[in-house]
Amino acid sequence: MTDVSLIARNLFRKKLRAALMIVSIMTAFLIFGVLVAFEHAFNAGEDLAAADRLMVVNKINFTQPLPYAYYERVKAVEGVRQVSHANWFGGYYQEPKNFLIVLAVEPESYLKIYDRELDVPDDARRAFLSERTGALVGEALAQDKGWKVGDRLPVSSTIYSQKNGGHVWEMTVVGIAKPAKPHIDSNFIVFHYDYFNETRSFGKDMIGWLVLTTTSPAVNDKVAKTVDAMFANSTAETATDTEKAFNKAFAAQFGNIALIVKLVVGAAFVTILMIVGNTMAMAVRERVREIAVLKTLGFPPARILRLILGESLLLALLGGLPGIGLAALAVAALREKLLNFIPGMVMTPDIAVLAVVLMLGLGLVTGIIPAFSAMRLNIASALGRS
Amino acid sequence: MTSDDVLVRLTAVDKRFTKSKETITIFEKLDLAIASGDFIAVMGPSGSGKTTLLNLLGGIDRPSAGEIRFAGERIDGLPESRLAHWRAGHIGFIFQFYNLMPMLTAAQNVELPLLLTSLGGKDRRRRVEAALAVVNLADRARHYPREMSGGQQQRVAIARAVVADPGLLLCDEPTGDLDRSNADEILEVLRLLNREMGKTIVMVTHDPAAAKYAKRTLHLDKGRFSERDLAA
Ligand SMILES: Nc1ncnc2c1ncn2[C@@H]1O[C@H](COP(=O)(O)OP(=O)(O)OP(=O)(O)O)[C@@H](O)[C@H]1O
Ligand SMILES: [Mg+2]
Repeated sequence: MTDVSLIARNLFRKKLRAALMIVSIMTAFLIFGVLVAFEHAFNAGEDLAAADRLMVVNKINFTQPLPYAYYERVKAVEGVRQVSHANWFGGYYQEPKNFLIVLAVEPESYLKIYDRELDVPDDARRAFLSERTGALVGEALAQDKGWKVGDRLPVSSTIYSQKNGGHVWEMTVVGIAKPAKPHIDSNFIVFHYDYFNETRSFGKDMIGWLVLTTTSPAVNDKVAKTVDAMFANSTAETATDTEKAFNKAFAAQFGNIALIVKLVVGAAFVTILMIVGNTMAMAVRERVREIAVLKTLGFPPARILRLILGESLLLALLGGLPGIGLAALAVAALREKLLNFIPGMVMTPDIAVLAVVLMLGLGLVTGIIPAFSAMRLNIASALGRS
Repeated sequence: MTSDDVLVRLTAVDKRFTKSKETITIFEKLDLAIASGDFIAVMGPSGSGKTTLLNLLGGIDRPSAGEIRFAGERIDGLPESRLAHWRAGHIGFIFQFYNLMPMLTAAQNVELPLLLTSLGGKDRRRRVEAALAVVNLADRARHYPREMSGGQQQRVAIARAVVADPGLLLCDEPTGDLDRSNADEILEVLRLLNREMGKTIVMVTHDPAAAKYAKRTLHLDKGRFSERDLAA
């Protein structure tokens, strides 16, 4: 017999009670894991945004276009390292309900700017740059739809039509872009702006937005001011901001998800804390006599403290570890379902580590008061109660 | 009695309990010497301080004044953790209501004090087997307390008290909850431990028949001892 087996026997002396507590803790960590993974994925854009990347959009609204000429003019601004541009295509596959994220971009500069986020193999990169109707498909989307390099892809638009009256742009999958980090969205298609611009029936030579990198985050402000000043009082005034601010504003449209998640998770934990804390206190109170006997046998105060704390920690881990395991399974299952809404939902090591820290915290908080009272228990008076 | 033979010596021990301004004095200037190898029965009316005496001897309660020496070493002033360590090595307790852990088997209950030693698993098992054999319960090692009679549970408790080989056994009405034949069995075991294994025993009892197993009987009344030979 060891202290650990003694702790386990104490915990499971009332099997139903132990099982109920384990299930409640498990549920709390399931909720925690799923919601935090959701929240991380939802706000990933903000966290992953590169510090040196700025977005230039139309001041009226980011859905309003900008003249193509801005692309060349912004390139010349001091402190700008690279510039690229993109158009929102409003894509879908076969039927409008099969919504796709499709951007028409300037391939070379676009890949350069997102070099740190996307892993594009060299042959795929070369093929994409050289083939006018080539499309680069993100890994998540390719996996979801089962698309492979070489596949012919008819992509329709809810916004644009072609000069010949058609709505379908024929593309060829020339490569798969892998996300370089877990949260990075790879549920997209990018294709050539030139192909798009020459075939569309309206909006010619207008681009959706510019994305640029600066020589250093320190010059971000100066570059943003210079760009906006350059186009002030023109027909299309611009608003330039960091990608981070842009993504944050975009996510905020859906409400303060982080706050909601914190409130729900917080409520779950407060409940668990009270249930487990109360049960631990009760369990120790029922055992006052046995604890007094252990002390009589010579178990020192610190050892008694450890036995009780060990019990609440074991309980928290027995509930928490399977709970976070279930959350990982649930997140993997939800990932497919929510792909179009929030891509990149994953159980990251960070979340798992945070969960384990919370388990240890839960174990300590619920055990500390009973453990201290057990430690300080007066043997003579505890044994007197028969 | 030479001082070499004295295992425990109480000198001018006072014990008072204070409860909301009211102070009750249990002992005042109490002196007692317990020889090594003695078997003492302590009798006396309820509330006379018998349990309190055992608590003082076993270091689970402290005197209000005076000193208690065990094998020459003062124990009354030791801090809690040192006292716990000292108890583990020198004292075995046996209670009226056995006080076994319900979720542990007989063998595991007996093994508890050995968790405080550095003995390995094999040595511990051997010691547990030996202790259970002394109380004649080798065949009950895997039984839980609820599966045993009161007499058997008390024998497990005795095995637990002796497994770490302490010199002094303190028994508080060990047969108080048992019928005559079970009580006699327990008392035989105690006598065996005293005679064959040299354990010093202090046993509180209300039962004159039980006291006869002891070498001498102390009567405790109003905080004083009087020694009488019941057989006479
Ligand atoms: N922790 C305590 N606080 C206050 N008074 C106490 C405490 N412990 C014991 N007493 C009192 O001390 C006196 C002696 O108690 P003790 O338990 O030693 O008696 P006893 O001789 O063992 O009695 P019994 O035969 O009923 O077991 C009693 O009056 C009791 O109420
Ligand atoms: Mg008593």
